Amino acid sequence: MTNRANTFEIRRLAVAKRLLSENPDALFIAGLGATVWDLTAAGDRHSTFPLWGAMGGAAAMGLGLALAQPEKRVIVVTGDGEQLMGLGALATVAVQRPANLSVVVFDNESYGETGMQATHTAAGVDLAGVARAAGFPTIVTAVTEDALDDALAAVSTGKGPVFAWLKVRAEPSPFALPPKDGAWLKDRFRRHLLGPEAVGETA
Amino acid sequence: MADWPDRIFEALQGADVRQIAYVPDAGHKRLIERARADGDMHAVSLTTEMEGPAVLAGAWLGGQRGALLMQSSGVGNCPNMLSTTQTCRFPLLMLVTMRGEFGEFNPWQLSMGQAAAPMLEMMGTRIFRLDDADDAGTVTAAAAAMAFEGQMSVAVLIGQRLIGTKNFRK
Repeated sequence: MTNRANTFEIRRLAVAKRLLSENPDALFIAGLGATVWDLTAAGDRHSTFPLWGAMGGAAAMGLGLALAQPEKRVIVVTGDGEQLMGLGALATVAVQRPANLSVVVFDNESYGETGMQATHTAAGVDLAGVARAAGFPTIVTAVTEDALDDALAAVSTGKGPVFAWLKVRAEPSPFALPPKDGAWLKDRFRRHLLGPEAVGETA
Repeated sequence: MADWPDRIFEALQGADVRQIAYVPDAGHKRLIERARADGDMHAVSLTTEMEGPAVLAGAWLGGQRGALLMQSSGVGNCPNMLSTTQTCRFPLLMLVTMRGEFGEFNPWQLSMGQAAAPMLEMMGTRIFRLDDADDAGTVTAAAAAMAFEGQMSVAVLIGQRLIGTKNFRK
């Protein structure tokens, strides 16, 4: 099968590195699965919650976090397959209108962890169009590298909820694995954000 | 009007619940109205119950407590998301209005009504039954304490006999 995504300009690891470096104070949710490896390779941070499961739940998790932390920018980074499993969550997010939430989709038009089978976006499903129809106030798309600066600026400071649809090259992710213990990852994140008391430690 | 939903709401307030995620059910009508009217709570309407454990995991990451309201048919939409709840030991408080049990008129509700409790238990959820209106506040408070102090998944199954048989003209 010819795969147009093999020649897309935008490289996912470079974008992951920019997202982390340009948003040092943001809270990140990484969706199953290649976007988890991307964010880990770019720098495993306590302010990132990486999902080893919960496919279709990344944007919804970002919503709950954004509502709880309205002063913090919350950035969900996920893939096209993961987001396609949670299209309804885009409507749920848009209805809540969290001004501090950005959902970034790395769209390689493939299920990268299972053999690069085509996702619906390979057949033309327009995820930005879904977000627009759901009511996201800020939507950015980048198909080529020259569109990245504007897109990433919106992710960092645009009025949320922001939906950023980035067409990324279909290529292997760096297989950089974050810790697997979910309970520990949860407490690591909460301790970073809320302080030692939040995980039962004395300050 | 029965006031047991108000007792549940007060117990949720007492447990410092700040996010109410829900897929509507007639049995949760009053509770949803109370949540939506309360300026200290986020009432989050979902497109599918599957979003609920994810939203509330995010809430917990951000330092807020939440509760998920749904009917028993919605339990069937949740198990894969509940695996994340269990693996990460996220607290999760669910209030499930039961269909398919006492006086059900729709046979298509019977299957999930029967499967809801064992399905939840298979996914590591502790079950409380609420069948007597007088217990609404205490059972909800006990379930909330177990969920948030024990960092685990807990469901209160609200009996159909307590809710009353569905009447579409009401």
